[in-house]
Amino acid sequence: MINHIDVSSVLKSSVSEFYTNLVTRPTGVAVRSHIEQQLDQLGERALTVLDFSHVGLMDLSCADEIVAKLLLHYVEAEQNNREVYFVFRGINESHRYAIETVLERHGLALVSQLSDGAAVLVGTIDGTERQIWDAICKLGAAQPEALATETGMGCEAAEHALYTLWKRGLLMRDERAYTPTYLLPLHET
Amino acid sequence: MTRIINVPSNVNDQSFEEILVQTSPLPPDEKILIDCRHCTFATPFGLTALLSLGQTRLVKPGLLVPEDQNVAGYWGLTEFFAHAEDLYEIDKRVPRRRVRNTSVVLECTPITKSADVHGIVDKISERAHEILVESLHFSPQITSRFTMALSEVCQNILEHAGRGGWVAVQKYDPKGKRRRVVLAVCDVGIGFRQSLEGSHGRRLSDRWDDAAALEDTVMRGVSRFPDKGRGQGLQGVKKFIGQNDGKFSVRSGTARIALVPAWDEDEALIRDLAFFPGAQLQLTIPEKIVAP
Repeated sequence: MINHIDVSSVLKSSVSEFYTNLVTRPTGVAVRSHIEQQLDQLGERALTVLDFSHVGLMDLSCADEIVAKLLLHYVEAEQNNREVYFVFRGINESHRYAIETVLERHGLALVSQLSDGAAVLVGTIDGTERQIWDAICKLGAAQPEALATETGMGCEAAEHALYTLWKRGLLMRDERAYTPTYLLPLHET
Repeated sequence: MTRIINVPSNVNDQSFEEILVQTSPLPPDEKILIDCRHCTFATPFGLTALLSLGQTRLVKPGLLVPEDQNVAGYWGLTEFFAHAEDLYEIDKRVPRRRVRNTSVVLECTPITKSADVHGIVDKISERAHEILVESLHFSPQITSRFTMALSEVCQNILEHAGRGGWVAVQKYDPKGKRRRVVLAVCDVGIGFRQSLEGSHGRRLSDRWDDAAALEDTVMRGVSRFPDKGRGQGLQGVKKFIGQNDGKFSVRSGTARIALVPAWDEDEALIRDLAFFPGAQLQLTIPEKIVAP
């Protein structure tokens, strides 16, 4: 299931219709709680597009309360049996500064889809993960063998990097094939 | 008996110590009179700290307004008197703000709840481009980071102070000198030391005092909350200041710590100051030097 959440609308409905900026921790907590309520109604395997296009400023407190805590809760949690994926849209330079700062603090990463449809990884990513990400974005859905050939790394290393990116919620997996989350047909619901 | 407190002619973050030396030994219920008659200049720190000082007294203090009408008029423009009237008995009619002065970037503004920070951010977002890009020659990207830093220091009051505080921002354009923006945030809450002492499972070092608490929070990013995501606000401010050749100082209790750029000669850490509750922060962003 694919879900689209306009974060600015959540801010207006959960905190104040007059607000355009994501600032202060209490605001971040209110927005995240509202998003969590929506996510908890989705199935065991779901992709959510979080759209920040209409958000003005986002400070570090809100980046931490919303972005980092959603990733920590739905993607990084050890006990998590659900497969919840996020694609972030509408991240401008100012949002990115705040988001990168908090992701680096927690060792997290996310997929940010740009206005031209391409996507970049933001946050803590090592060289091998980035190499695999670049290659799979070029190939689309691919199995470890194809990625190994494309990157020139060993099959085992490619498989390990793919698995890591999948566990971090940056790729989706279907049996042995992996797909960047942003390449799925994203229709709004 | 009323104790007269002499206010220096230039009220700023450093000269405010002269006021605290006079007030800190006094019991909070002793009547005091803050004599500002000879003031000729006040920074955002000076004005917000005077408002904070008024909050610490159990008996409403008196305040003598600056004799110079231009100075009193400027204090009116900053809305100092609008708030001071609730905290002080003021000796005479005071000027009210009628028009906006472009050098007053943000008037003395109370912060008591999250909505106040939203209001401040909205206001500054409108003015930040004019000040930082047009006046101080920074790139447009800097405006959001400045506003972000402002949001974080204002939230510090809500998160750690335990009661409200004040913020004010002023632009300076001295003849023949580097222009600058000065931001001050003052509160008289629990302060950094007590905030950390309240943290769960925290081990206090042998030389635990206000200076150690400032070093932990400002320099090392320690927070009273166990959550790894906490403590990022002041670190973000520090990063912003470092990237923009700025100065950042924090006073709390009896100590003051500062990130001192090459253009300033302040001391990095001062201990054994006169006690003042809460925390008082100041950020100075100088004009960007553009190569000819």
